[in-house]
Amino acid sequence: MSFPWAQQYEPKNGFTKWMDSRLPIFRLVHGAVGPGYPVPRNLNYFWNFGVLAGFALMVQIVTGIILAMHYRADGAIAFASVEHIMRNVNEGWFLRYAHANGASFFFIAMYIHIGRNIYYGSYKAPREMVFLLGMVIYLLAMATAFMGYVLPWGQMSFWGAKVITGLIGAIPFVGESIQTWLLGGFAPDTAALNRFFSLHYLLPFVIAGVVILHIWALHIPGSGNPTGVDVKSPQDTVPFHPYYTAKDGFGLGVYLIAFAIMVFFLPNALGHADNYIEANPLSTPAHIVPEWYYYPFYAILRSFTSDFFFIEAKLMGVIAMFSAILVVFLLPWLDNSPVRSANYRPKFRMFFYIWLVDLVVLFYCGGMPAEEPYVMISQIATAYYFSFFLIIIPVLAKIERTTPLPNSITESVLGHDEPVAPVATTKSTSGDPSPQPAV
Amino acid sequence: MAAVEHSEGAHAPAEAGDGIRRRDFINLAAVSFPAMGVGAVLIPLINNMNPSADVLALSSIDVDLTPIQAGQAIKAEWRKQPMFIRHLTAGEIEAANAVDMGELRDPESLADRTKPEHQQWLITLGVCTHLGCVPLGAAEGENKGEFGGYFCPCHGSHYDTAGRIRKGPAPLNLEVPEYEFMSDTSVRIG
Repeated sequence: MSFPWAQQYEPKNGFTKWMDSRLPIFRLVHGAVGPGYPVPRNLNYFWNFGVLAGFALMVQIVTGIILAMHYRADGAIAFASVEHIMRNVNEGWFLRYAHANGASFFFIAMYIHIGRNIYYGSYKAPREMVFLLGMVIYLLAMATAFMGYVLPWGQMSFWGAKVITGLIGAIPFVGESIQTWLLGGFAPDTAALNRFFSLHYLLPFVIAGVVILHIWALHIPGSGNPTGVDVKSPQDTVPFHPYYTAKDGFGLGVYLIAFAIMVFFLPNALGHADNYIEANPLSTPAHIVPEWYYYPFYAILRSFTSDFFFIEAKLMGVIAMFSAILVVFLLPWLDNSPVRSANYRPKFRMFFYIWLVDLVVLFYCGGMPAEEPYVMISQIATAYYFSFFLIIIPVLAKIERTTPLPNSITESVLGHDEPVAPVATTKSTSGDPSPQPAV
Repeated sequence: MAAVEHSEGAHAPAEAGDGIRRRDFINLAAVSFPAMGVGAVLIPLINNMNPSADVLALSSIDVDLTPIQAGQAIKAEWRKQPMFIRHLTAGEIEAANAVDMGELRDPESLADRTKPEHQQWLITLGVCTHLGCVPLGAAEGENKGEFGGYFCPCHGSHYDTAGRIRKGPAPLNLEVPEYEFMSDTSVRIG
């Protein structure tokens, strides 16, 4: 797969030769994230976030497995066992803060990754499957994070679980039975806590599996790039290693500095104080909010305040909230514009930036109480959110006059693109990555 | 399905007539039998997640009403949810009955929401029908809202002395659970 000029893998010593004819795993790594994967030479730092999201997932799995050794999923002792981790377990505070903030950083990385995708039109052919699998990862991460937030069994855990499972109760006729089935009771309790823990432990591995499919699907057409122009010749690409391992490594360093600042100096900044009060089914916090990464969708949920024909307002909100995520899945078919990158689509670019502002507005309203003026603001913002996908994007694809694309990736970088002598790829004997076309 | 394919061959007498071959029947039977088995195995895989026996065992509670004076209310816990048991005063009953049904969002009379002979006992779930918060007004000194019943602080729903929604975003009256009076001073909920 990928390009014919990709550097071939050649085992160098006895061991790798022996392995290569039995389990060619070094060959796989070489082609996936090594010198054997040619990548467009013009990627900017927005292309770091796939690797960063993958790193965040690994942090969550490692810290999560360790936390599970100390945590107990029983309504009577779950809250105390989290305090036990914080106070008694050696460096338990660090593991828990890394896990809690790691979830936020995973979502930050995914949101920037998805935003980059939409701006540069990465979802378009031939990368639809990469995009769809990525959205599946995002959905799975949302479910995993929701269940993880319930485990500390604080007030927000309990009431968040109650409100969110209550959404399922809004489904006509069967909703309440499904809700009872999901919870294993009539309100969240040990039964619910235990199954949430079981699934919270399982789903990250499912995510890891889908990540492998995501990367596999990516390697069929190869990475996109900021111009959206296809790779045409060897001089348009550089080998993933060492060029992008270095660039991603630098990005990872910056990411880790930000992560360390949060874990060590602001560990609770993204959490909610009420979650340090043990769950109490008889007393509601004055203001129930989910974790910050759900705020925009929570705002959409609450923006439906009156009945819509025969559909109750509450059910309407639930439908709208799920549609807000599902509509993104349709992007490859909503946008028929042949130009991928927003760099060459001035109108799309403008509406995209309005959409980003719209998301910030929804984010803000989602964290606010459900009262005026926030309800009205989120109604307007919700209207724009859906219009962007269902009206603006399909119409722009038909009417927008795009600006001229560069002839090639190399031209966009150097200002000119001269044919160079074919790069010797067939017999690379040295251990160095394939030589760069000297232009 | 394979069962309706017509066979050209006329070797076996069993094929004549309806055109169903013996092998089609054997195939169908061989696939259906394990399919039933798979279906049967799904039942425990799904049903285990429904409330277990110990959870269901707690699904009815007995409450002694003797200590509750007129005008007082208590919170009980039923199915891990708060329960409001309120001893209405004569004035509160009068206020509830004076309301014109036409102006109610979810029209129910006090008599619909209480048991005959025990109209002074208003028993409801303490769960706001909007987003599931616990309303105030059961404990002494709490805000009872504009209609003297309950007030939900989350999004400002006001309930009257019959637990009916009167103002605010909640769509329905506070839910009345199934219950029965075991005696004049004892009630079984659930």
